[in-house]
Amino acid sequence: MRNVTLLLEDGTAFHGKSFGYEKPVAGEVVFNTAMMGYPESLTDPSYAGQLMALTYPLVGNYGVPPFSIEENGIATFMESEKIHAEAIIVSDYSEEYSHWNAKESLADWLKREQVPGITGIDTRQLTKVLREHGVMMGKILFDDEPDNIPTAQYEGVNYIAKVSCKEVVRYQSNQSSQNTPKKVLLVDCGVKNNIIRCLLKRGVEVIRVPWNYDFNTLDFDGLFLANGPGDPDTATDAVENIKTFLAEEKAKAAKGEKVRPCMGICMGNQLLSKAAGAKIYKLKYGHRSHNQPVQQVGTNRCFITSQNHGYAVDSTTLPSDWEPLFVNMNDGSNEGIRHKKYPWFSAQFHPEATSGPVDTEFMFDEFVEIL
Amino acid sequence: MNRSHIKKVLLLGSGALKIGEAGEFDYSGSQALKALKEEGIETVLINPNIATVQTSEGVADKIYFLPVTPFFVEKVIQKEKPQGILLAFGGQTALNCGVELYQQHILEKYNVQVLGTPVQAIIDTEDRELFVKKLDEIDVKTIKSHACDNIEDARKAAADLGYPVIIRAAYALGGLGSGFCDNEDELNKIAEKAFSFSPQVLVEKSLKGWKEIEYEVVRDRFDNCITVCNMENFDPLGIHTGESIVIAPSQTLTNSEYHKLRALAIKIIRHIGIVGECNVQYAFDPESEDYRVIEVNARLSRSSALASKATGYPLAFVAAKLGLGYGLFDLKNSVTKTTSAFFEPALDYVVCKIPRWDLGKFRGVDRELGSSMKSVGEVMAIGRTFEEAIQKGLRMIGQGLHGFVGNHELEIEDVDAALKAPTDKRVLVVEKALHMGYTVDHIHDLTKIDKWFLCKLQNILNTYVELQQKGAIQHVDAELMRRAKVQGFTDFQIARAVGLESLIDAEIATKLVRELRKQMGILPSVKQIDTLAAEYPAQTNYLYLTYQGCGSVGSDHAAAKGTNQHDITYENDRRSIIVLGSGAYRIGSSVEFDWCGVQALNTIRKEGYRSVMINYNPETVSTDYDMCDRLYFDELTFERVMDIIELENPHGVIVSTGGQIPNNLAMRLDSERVPILGTSAKSIDNAEDRDKFSAMCDRIGVDQPAWAALTSMDDINQFINKVGFPVLVRPSYVLSGAAMNVCSNQEELERFLQLAANISKKHPVVVSKFHEHNKEIEMDAVAKDGEIIAYAISEHIEFAGVHSGDATIQFPPQKIYVETVRQIKKVSKKIAKELNISGPFNIQFLAEQNHLRVIECNLRASRSFPFVSKVLKLNLIELATKIMLGVPFERPDKNLFDLDYVGIKASQFSFNRLQKADPVLGVDMASTGEVGCIGDDTASALLCAMLSVGHRIPKKGILLSTGPGKQKADMLRAAQQLIEHGYRLYATGGTSHYLAENGIDNTLVHWPSEESQQPQALDLLHSHDIDMVVNVPKNLSVGELTNGYKIRRAAIDLNIPLITNSRLASAFIDAFCTKSLDDIEIKAWSEF
Repeated sequence: MRNVTLLLEDGTAFHGKSFGYEKPVAGEVVFNTAMMGYPESLTDPSYAGQLMALTYPLVGNYGVPPFSIEENGIATFMESEKIHAEAIIVSDYSEEYSHWNAKESLADWLKREQVPGITGIDTRQLTKVLREHGVMMGKILFDDEPDNIPTAQYEGVNYIAKVSCKEVVRYQSNQSSQNTPKKVLLVDCGVKNNIIRCLLKRGVEVIRVPWNYDFNTLDFDGLFLANGPGDPDTATDAVENIKTFLAEEKAKAAKGEKVRPCMGICMGNQLLSKAAGAKIYKLKYGHRSHNQPVQQVGTNRCFITSQNHGYAVDSTTLPSDWEPLFVNMNDGSNEGIRHKKYPWFSAQFHPEATSGPVDTEFMFDEFVEIL
Repeated sequence: MNRSHIKKVLLLGSGALKIGEAGEFDYSGSQALKALKEEGIETVLINPNIATVQTSEGVADKIYFLPVTPFFVEKVIQKEKPQGILLAFGGQTALNCGVELYQQHILEKYNVQVLGTPVQAIIDTEDRELFVKKLDEIDVKTIKSHACDNIEDARKAAADLGYPVIIRAAYALGGLGSGFCDNEDELNKIAEKAFSFSPQVLVEKSLKGWKEIEYEVVRDRFDNCITVCNMENFDPLGIHTGESIVIAPSQTLTNSEYHKLRALAIKIIRHIGIVGECNVQYAFDPESEDYRVIEVNARLSRSSALASKATGYPLAFVAAKLGLGYGLFDLKNSVTKTTSAFFEPALDYVVCKIPRWDLGKFRGVDRELGSSMKSVGEVMAIGRTFEEAIQKGLRMIGQGLHGFVGNHELEIEDVDAALKAPTDKRVLVVEKALHMGYTVDHIHDLTKIDKWFLCKLQNILNTYVELQQKGAIQHVDAELMRRAKVQGFTDFQIARAVGLESLIDAEIATKLVRELRKQMGILPSVKQIDTLAAEYPAQTNYLYLTYQGCGSVGSDHAAAKGTNQHDITYENDRRSIIVLGSGAYRIGSSVEFDWCGVQALNTIRKEGYRSVMINYNPETVSTDYDMCDRLYFDELTFERVMDIIELENPHGVIVSTGGQIPNNLAMRLDSERVPILGTSAKSIDNAEDRDKFSAMCDRIGVDQPAWAALTSMDDINQFINKVGFPVLVRPSYVLSGAAMNVCSNQEELERFLQLAANISKKHPVVVSKFHEHNKEIEMDAVAKDGEIIAYAISEHIEFAGVHSGDATIQFPPQKIYVETVRQIKKVSKKIAKELNISGPFNIQFLAEQNHLRVIECNLRASRSFPFVSKVLKLNLIELATKIMLGVPFERPDKNLFDLDYVGIKASQFSFNRLQKADPVLGVDMASTGEVGCIGDDTASALLCAMLSVGHRIPKKGILLSTGPGKQKADMLRAAQQLIEHGYRLYATGGTSHYLAENGIDNTLVHWPSEESQQPQALDLLHSHDIDMVVNVPKNLSVGELTNGYKIRRAAIDLNIPLITNSRLASAFIDAFCTKSLDDIEIKAWSEF
């Protein structure tokens, strides 16, 4: 294994060994405290542009499941069609794996997809550095090669455009029913497969459109705003389209017609908030874990949630007809919003989980119910 | 809060430590009491376990040292009138007692509200049939079992399911009376035993080879749920989880599997309606996502204590608060103090729990591991690689292992068979097999241990072999050295691997490796357990050391920051006092030393020093991170202790409150110029070293039993010719069986030495004169600069020959001469002065009339310190710690030593767990725990103590086999008393004859060897016509493996109280014949 160095923007260096694809790489260094789920996290498009450090030290134990594709074009076990993270940083990579459903080792997969992986890093120390300093840009360099790659940029880069689908894709409901299935329009900012799976298994048809597609021209029963990577301020087109949707629905309401529901997740929460008129800010080091506690505002209901975001909605900037729906019990940051009158709501966390706890999957039920 | 009417709460403890129910409940009870106290609620505790921290002053407002049985609990309720009761913090003992109180409508009668999980929910989880029905309602799969009320049904059920099947007794502690059966013969045996513990027996399909996974789940009354931790067993299903190495978090589960089981656990806890904490155990198919729920424990458990320590999440504390009506969202994470208690800990390390067995102490015991628990303690090792954690853990269990590799070679005849049928040597057999070249696949086929674990073990072996191949330490480069340390190798293991240890003294070799390693810059770093994987800053000082990441943080870039990888900064103010803990609970060292450690920590804090603890036992209070200013949950090896001392740069180290482990480190620490507080290391050595101690005794005119260390049979015979039989024989190298034995004649001596020992120049045998019918007396004391400041003299009820840890002890002494007491004081004074003792110490004496002999002297706190401290109401450890710190202390008032009440300490045995073991007492300790009860008179105290350790007052018949002549005579009065109280006596041959001769009516029963004769003693046991057995073995050689053994074993297996000592039997019989339970005055500790 070749010796590598993870060099942070502030000069801090961590030495380790390469176990993945051997190429230097640059990106935003983030930490994730989840204790399992590396195949899901690596294929989560929201990690685009990032070097993902895992605080849980033992990684690779159960190998990687087959990258099989279902009839509807969705991968059986993965969250998208490829690894999106720029690299994975771990403490103690397990060269041997053991699982009935494993097809290959993590190292082999990384090599196949040309993604670097490094091990032997004290990721707890790395996390402390990031926690104190805030997220930083970093590079993975090979000790026997000169540093000749440019520093990466994260803020202001439109990662959504990079990972979103380029054409409209339609998915038929996989539940047979006498009634014509309802149509959900999904704005793909970097959607995780499990969002689509969660919708399909509830008997709806999904129309997945590129992030900047003018979806208001299409016929659908409900709007779904997916997760995605990067800075929400770069997604102006999407915000404009959502604004149009909200305005049109309000106009319908004024005429006494049924208002179509809207649900958002993660980036979807931020885009919906922006469309409503609220502001977004960047968190010091984000929430990336399986154990984020959220409380539903005004109730005693609490949920453990899976999260992966670096930006948050500033609740104080929400206009008066909107209100916070969930709040983070650790740091008080916004975890979702809803309209006071209309069926529009969103979550900053991931009700679709994968990876992570499935406690909030009921939000899909609530959404599909009101279509 | 809707429970503001709750002003006083009763908490039930778990009683004596026993296999399956040990120190973890001291921890959970203490946490619960702390949580109640914080709310200003008055707390009442019933727990006869006097050595616990929870029964210490200031933990509960009122403490009753009484049996945790409905009879006594009702009496306490009557007197104290609490509004609430907590049942979930005292293990199965408290839970069972609570269920009975509920079913007898006692709680209703006194209007006592059960806080936390409702009793109906408890019953739903405890009764298998109800449990399965309950989970069927929500389509959760269970192991379908057939509940059978008789053996015929059990046979039918097994035939239906197909063998192998597992048999379980309903309502039983930790798998008591359960077992696997491959055929009907085995079923007949196991089912009969199970029926003796429970009227209902469950037959189920065996899922041997499946993974075993556990989740710890918490729910509040608002239906909010979290899973605090999951754990995976290294050993597959089929080995009781208490017998298995356990890893947290799970290592081989994918995200989908982890969350499938997590979601199920939450679904189950909601449906059952737990409020507080419970654990859910799964069997999990290694080839698919199929699962079965094995069981749900609706209470704090061994696993929950482990989960608390593994994650830093205080489960018991939180569960108690939830019982009071709080929501999880109301509570803060007590580690970070800023984030919410509603969260799930994220670990950035791995923990490994390893059980500690003491099967070598028991003659005849079945060593195979199975569905019932036999281990007596456990350790938890924390590391950042699996290799590091398991190697640490194997050292921690304290059985002479240096880790996974580098141990004495294990001799096994048939490795395949040993892999298939696991024993307490399980891991070592795996090492042996790997060493012999068995592949991971092959070992997996034989053991069903997941290949991932086996591959990791292979890594350790590979590194060992690589070191071996280097041949010399100077050929080991920094990279290999670092890898070895990251994989948990000690400096000693490295020295041994490269062959250094065979060239020079082991201690010097180890030191050399240490120096070299330090030169290479390979040092451990200190990490915090912070529940959130460093996501938020934590206030905690819950620490461990690791080599993972060592060398990964570079400083070759000018602007490098954060090169200090320690999570904490050291003050270097020399205000730290390090207390060395007592390690794994084992026979001979358990909760008593935890109490001592905690008292030392409390005193250090009070005196304004920084209290620092090193210990690794997850069942203890001393490893609760809020008991001290810094807790190192790490090894007590010389290497690790030195690592910590070098970081802490302490004012001093206390080695005298943690039993033998720290005591044994004293000399080596001293040679590194570590400041040891209290008695000097040299004095400790003078007391520990037989020759030095003997020389000293001779010098100051103190008598000892004659002894000699001998290296040949001739020498032994010569010595015995001089002193005469019986003798106590202690080989220094034991082949098998007990480490020491009493031999009464030549034949016994030869048999024992042939069977058990290897005599040679290298392995001498210590032979000492054994004085029969001597009283054994203990002196527990505290001295300062050689002068005794406080002391407690206590007396064994049994004569010498029963190990002091097994004996029944009365304090103050009731039946020794004033002259004896005077002499004890004199001799103790001399010894204290000669050894210049400062701190706690203990001397054991033999008294032959008024002639005293010293058996041994320990310059540390002894097992009986908490007992005598609490009876005396004078905290001897607090006093000793003050003396060791050199701060002012109050000399206790002389009058204090006149008590007008008596304390009795009785021992708890766990023979029912140890299949086939002969339940006799001898010179080697066999008890797993103890209780201490206080009474206005000896009878009251003894009754409470005996009932607390599982004896029952018989109702019908008593079987007497009272051994040799002297003992027969001892028992005569007791036999007369029994007749007078209307008991029916059954007696075997000699005893029957003797009783009849003395005019005592009895029924002659026959030994198992007298096959054709009727009635047979065993039949009467099986029919439960006999409800107490007194069986005094003929001699102390534990030789008779036939008749007596069969009777004793049957009594244990049929759950009939057994006493094997005539003096204890007489005392107990006298107590229940002269005192009825209703006459015992119910008094709290503070009322004596």
